[in-house]
Amino acid sequence: MNNRIVVGAHYGLKDWLAQRATAAVMSFYSVFIVAILLVLKPADFEIWRSIFANGPVKFFTFLFALSLFYHAWIGIRDLWMDYVKPVSVRLTLHVLTILLLAGYSGWIAAILWRL
Amino acid sequence: MSEMRIRKRPKYLDFYSIMFSIKLPLPGKLSILHRVSGVGIFLLLAPLLWLFQASVTSPESFAWFARIAAHPCMKLLFAGIIWAFLHHFCAGIRFLFLDLGVGVDLAAARRSAVIVFVVSLALTALICWRVLL
Ligand code: HEM
Repeated sequence: MNNRIVVGAHYGLKDWLAQRATAAVMSFYSVFIVAILLVLKPADFEIWRSIFANGPVKFFTFLFALSLFYHAWIGIRDLWMDYVKPVSVRLTLHVLTILLLAGYSGWIAAILWRL
Repeated sequence: MSEMRIRKRPKYLDFYSIMFSIKLPLPGKLSILHRVSGVGIFLLLAPLLWLFQASVTSPESFAWFARIAAHPCMKLLFAGIIWAFLHHFCAGIRFLFLDLGVGVDLAAARRSAVIVFVVSLALTALICWRVLL
């Protein structure tokens, strides 16, 4: 008999590794953006906006956001697996979490590429 | 008798017990705060995206953002988010080193937990002082 739960752990390294890889991406970006802010000391709207309107910064900011959302998905999924036992409720929460984070991904893309 | 005891496992503790009533060593407190800070940031992602959008979109929306951000309640919230991010960041890096097998023995793990608290709280104070005050 197959005892695996659809919304159980994935029995593999993939998510664990992805959570660490995204953590590394976010760490590098954090240091990078803090360095930029320390150098440019944005004091008004124009400078602040121009930082994120800059092509490479925009690109890395978007990568940071995607890493964050993927990282959060794994983290929050672990949370549901720890505290929510009924499979139906858990599945619902998983789907809602994915939809929310997918929406945020579109939102941050829209913010950045309108600059 | 022993069967009854087994049935009570796993035992779930609430946040208050974990932090204050059982004598959990510092690395355990670091760990639960890592979870709390991660979830806290997750819950605040929508307002943060919204504020970021306002800050970069137009001079008018920036002025609105600046006005909101100057409110003492918002400053308190920002201070909380800054702490959450820094704690999660520092504790996360500590976990990454533990995953690599660095600093796994008890004495080293306790020492690095102290370092994470000291560094994240000091950076929080520094950033709040320079940016929020
Ligand atoms: C530079 C930034 C970050 C680093 C270095 C980092 C690192 C980590 C690591 C290593 C883990 C795995 C912990 C474990 O398995 O015990 C983790 C878990 C987690 N992270 Fe992050 N993270 C970062 C940013 C974020 C952000 C911005 C969020 C906000 C959504 C977040 C949310 C979470 C959550 C919810 C978990 C699961 C917590 C748990 O299972 O106890 N992380 N993080």
